[in-house]
Amino acid sequence: MNWSKLKSDRRIAYVAFIALGLVLAVAPFLVGAGLGNGWVRILDFVLLYIMLALGLNIVVGYAGLLDLGYVAFYAVGAYLYALLASPHFGLHLPAWFILPLGALAAGMFGMMLGTPTLRLRGDYLAIVTLGFGEIIRIFLNNLNSPVNITNGPQGISMIDPIGAGGASLSQSFELFGMQVPGIYAYYYLFLAMALLVVFISLRLQDSRIGRAWVAIREDEVAAEAMGINTRNIKLLAFAMGASFGGISGGLFAGFQGFVSPESFNLMESIMILCMVVLGGMGHIPGVILGAILLTVLPEALRYIGPLEEFFFGRVVVDPADLRMLIFGLALIVVMIFRPAGLWPSKVRRREFSSEAEVLAHEQEALYDASK
Amino acid sequence: MSLLEVHDLNVSYGGIKAVRGISLEIAAGELVCLIGANGAGKSTTLKALARLLPASGKILYQGRSIVQMPVYDLVRQGIALVPEGRGIFGRLKVEENLLMGAYSRSDIHGIRRDLDHSYHLFPRLFERKTQQAGTLSGGEQQMLAIARALMSRPRLLLLDEPSMGLAPLMVNKIFDTIRAISADGVTILLVEQNARLALDVSHRAYVMEGGTICLSGEASTLLDDPQVRHAYLGE
Repeated sequence: MNWSKLKSDRRIAYVAFIALGLVLAVAPFLVGAGLGNGWVRILDFVLLYIMLALGLNIVVGYAGLLDLGYVAFYAVGAYLYALLASPHFGLHLPAWFILPLGALAAGMFGMMLGTPTLRLRGDYLAIVTLGFGEIIRIFLNNLNSPVNITNGPQGISMIDPIGAGGASLSQSFELFGMQVPGIYAYYYLFLAMALLVVFISLRLQDSRIGRAWVAIREDEVAAEAMGINTRNIKLLAFAMGASFGGISGGLFAGFQGFVSPESFNLMESIMILCMVVLGGMGHIPGVILGAILLTVLPEALRYIGPLEEFFFGRVVVDPADLRMLIFGLALIVVMIFRPAGLWPSKVRRREFSSEAEVLAHEQEALYDASK
Repeated sequence: MSLLEVHDLNVSYGGIKAVRGISLEIAAGELVCLIGANGAGKSTTLKALARLLPASGKILYQGRSIVQMPVYDLVRQGIALVPEGRGIFGRLKVEENLLMGAYSRSDIHGIRRDLDHSYHLFPRLFERKTQQAGTLSGGEQQMLAIARALMSRPRLLLLDEPSMGLAPLMVNKIFDTIRAISADGVTILLVEQNARLALDVSHRAYVMEGGTICLSGEASTLLDDPQVRHAYLGE
């Protein structure tokens, strides 16, 4: 079967598109019927992480700025929602207002992180961003005295669910005579938001700004000589990426009904970064795949316990230990055999491969230089 | 009036003075080269003019000072730089590289026309327009870097060591192109190690030594100057 021919055929593309749409539309019901409602919840988280990973992808994948504190923006969005829609301050502002506000606030925090780090690159930038992520978390942990703002390590609970006009997404609703729990409704909201994020990412990639990001990643001096205001364009990358994180954070807070600082630790940042790198940096389908795998895999590995019982009659190794071990192993194996990510863009694949063409070119360059 | 006037330019790296109070000027339409030995301060001068390095002194472009102007604004003023080591965007396609050169412009039709002009000037780039720029040979990359700079429709083109690391045949080709660009009316400041070639194509030349300008004049005169012949042409 000729894949490229298939790809270029518009009709097949449409059919595939419609099929994908149908699958996405019925996915929660299939998953719910097959694996139970717990997995529908995981599905919701998959969508949330897709948004986060795509946001980080703008900073890391497009602009090439290694950000190890990305979860801070997620936290900003989540806490903003929690503070403005919970009994903690007695405020109950509507979600449609807080979510964009969260994106805006996170974007501002993105610029706050971006401004002092403009001159930093690579490892140094990574260290500063890591510190930034920790600062935000520690602030959230300690801002409960003298004035109680974040309620400290206890976190904020009883957060209003996302809803509009008195209707809440958390309530179960009736569909064709069936009682459908709220997680299904959240699925469609998250799906819509994730599609929006995918759409924005796609548009950015092919835009003037997208090309400017690539240019900066490739050669900053040359990029500036082309007339790119590298400072503003870099800040824009930080702000855009952060605002995706802020939106996701708001959705998370409304969905969970509870936020606490421990949801926003370094491990979370690393996990989101792993999704981007493992899937294929800068390549939207790859990043989505990475987010799906890294959210589903740890959950799926929970079944190791029952499996052990089935095969050995008892639990030999504690599944919680084994789970992270297998997970880490899987990551290492992927990075060894697919260093450019599971589903890299064509360009990156070439960059990591030692194709004859690239080798020949290097030979030629050497030859040129020896003259 | 000169297109570019430089008075008492000083550039230092930390405590080391690399350029010590040089002055030069370039009239519109001229092709001027800056030659000299390794470490004479040629590239440093060019980088300072392109605002990539902090410098003190006066740099007047079209009579206005550009010392405070950010790098990215220079393109809009008509100054384009072909950086040392070419600085092409290896992961972008050849055509995308050229379009990056026109980043500061928004006239789509004009850009399209200039793109065709680039391909006319460098047929090799047309053949490879969908190829990743990083897979081009050194000479092709230099062509791309020059073509990309021209995409901003500069009045003044700053060329930093275009012959670096290239085969002699390729170097000749690049210099033919430089001559052609100059004939098109673009003012060029060329920094070059290969003194003979540079003097061959240029109208005027400045010779640098130890951070100062030690000689200047018509290129043809300098070619015959015994001191230049001895020091830079190896005779």
